[in-house]
Amino acid sequence: MTEHSYPNTQSRKKGVLFFLMKARATKPGETYGVPGQGDTLWLSVLSILGIIFVWWLFTFMGWVKPMFLPSPQAVLGKFVQVWNEGFTNTPFLEHVGISAARVFGAFLLACLIGIPLGIAMGMSPFIRGIFDPPLEFYRPIPPLAYLPLMIIWFGIGETSKVLLIFLSVLAPVALGARSGVKSAAIEQIHAAYSFGASRWQVMSHVILPSALPEILTAMRIGIGFGWTTLVAAEMVAATKGLGYMVLTASQFLQTSTVIMGIIVIAIIAYAFDMLMRWIERRIVPWKGRM
Amino acid sequence: MGLNIKQASVIYPTADGRPPVEALRTIDLEIVNDDFVVALGASGCGKSTLLSLIAGFLAPSSGEILLDGAKVRGPGADRAVVFQKHALMPWLNVLDNVAFGLKLQGVAEAPRYEIARGFIRLLGLSDFETSRVYKLSGGMQQRVGIARALTCNPKVLLMDEPLGALDALTREKAQELILNIWHTTAKSVFFITHSVEEALFMGTKLIVMSPRPGRIAHRFDLPFSRQFLGGTSARQVKASPEFIALREEVLKIIFSDEEAAA
Repeated sequence: MTEHSYPNTQSRKKGVLFFLMKARATKPGETYGVPGQGDTLWLSVLSILGIIFVWWLFTFMGWVKPMFLPSPQAVLGKFVQVWNEGFTNTPFLEHVGISAARVFGAFLLACLIGIPLGIAMGMSPFIRGIFDPPLEFYRPIPPLAYLPLMIIWFGIGETSKVLLIFLSVLAPVALGARSGVKSAAIEQIHAAYSFGASRWQVMSHVILPSALPEILTAMRIGIGFGWTTLVAAEMVAATKGLGYMVLTASQFLQTSTVIMGIIVIAIIAYAFDMLMRWIERRIVPWKGRM
Repeated sequence: MGLNIKQASVIYPTADGRPPVEALRTIDLEIVNDDFVVALGASGCGKSTLLSLIAGFLAPSSGEILLDGAKVRGPGADRAVVFQKHALMPWLNVLDNVAFGLKLQGVAEAPRYEIARGFIRLLGLSDFETSRVYKLSGGMQQRVGIARALTCNPKVLLMDEPLGALDALTREKAQELILNIWHTTAKSVFFITHSVEEALFMGTKLIVMSPRPGRIAHRFDLPFSRQFLGGTSARQVKASPEFIALREEVLKIIFSDEEAAA
């Protein structure tokens, strides 16, 4: 009798993708029906290993020439070589340090200016009216398009490089902070006012803390844009940096150095994102909870 | 002395030539001493607008609101508000949430926490001082909200459907808790609810409001909360013939209003 009341459980179990086909009861501690639950660590490790394996297979079988795709061992070997000997007479860690200084310097500057600017835009129609057009105007333009302008105006030195990265981080950070201002519930704001709070106190005690989760998310998105722009920033007149390394290597068809540089940039960016997520869990644990 | 609402009206202007909306028409209401005034009525009858007027979030289009003879010109700590939900600060623990109003008023940390702890004890939250508010149940969050409102020693306590989001059992317990707190602190209370039973059980005065335009249609004096505080159990009070008779009468008024409006 009981078997008849659950007709699907037996018949569907045979399919290879049956876990995609039907909803199963959850284990204690999980919630039935919440999409995207569960730990993904092992799948992620498997995915990375799988990619490396396919990569290795292609090169090992000789399906792709090493000039187009060097083997994983070759890239690793290149990494060890550059680590030991440096690249174009500059030690590897100096390349990393220079690029990191450019990206994080620009990021810090963008946060120092963008977060207060975004908050002010959220709080005041006056400020919003003034700064909305320029921000929205330049935001969708690819940094490569205004790189020449930066160079004409600010020269080929450090200023134009940092400024280019700064601009790419500024817009997402400012816009995130601006929309974060709207996170506070009207009840929270009214509660503060009913205790006799001033406008300034409402901002510092209610608006700012409730905007924090969105500001942190905006910072994560912003630093991503920063790394994206790094290579563009180091295209002209750079003699050091990871972007410079990748570009120079590509001109000499040193594909293994190109791939190695890409992986190094990705790892640094990913590590920083993990740090930001950790900070997020520490200082805004209530995110999405109330 | 106390709160005095005199001929207060609220009219919302509307765009594109339609007639303005009369949210409240010439409300007269007194909330003095330890009055527990309950406002009851269907959605859109202006209960919350009336509360916003008293709280000072909204200025009347005509008429005035006086607190101890002085005109109300904006929100202030003498009229604390307990909201239905979403009003606590999730980045603060229970103690800091309760002390939030005092902090805004610049009270130093030691006296601030001392006062807050007193109300935390009164509301039965002593074991949860350092708890994160978003991890508490709805009923406990509401107790935090009430404690927070009481810390600044308001003259009037404004409660905007404070129990509306609670389940039935928690709600009955919270009703009794609020009555006991009211009895202990002897504050004037203005309390909004959708529940006829809650209104009759809690209030000393009941105003039944009607929509379009929002106005006070009926007024009742209620004995039931005093009976409960006198020692009769809540269930006994709510099951008494007088309670049931009045409940049916009020329900009849509300339903006939609904039909008239439809």
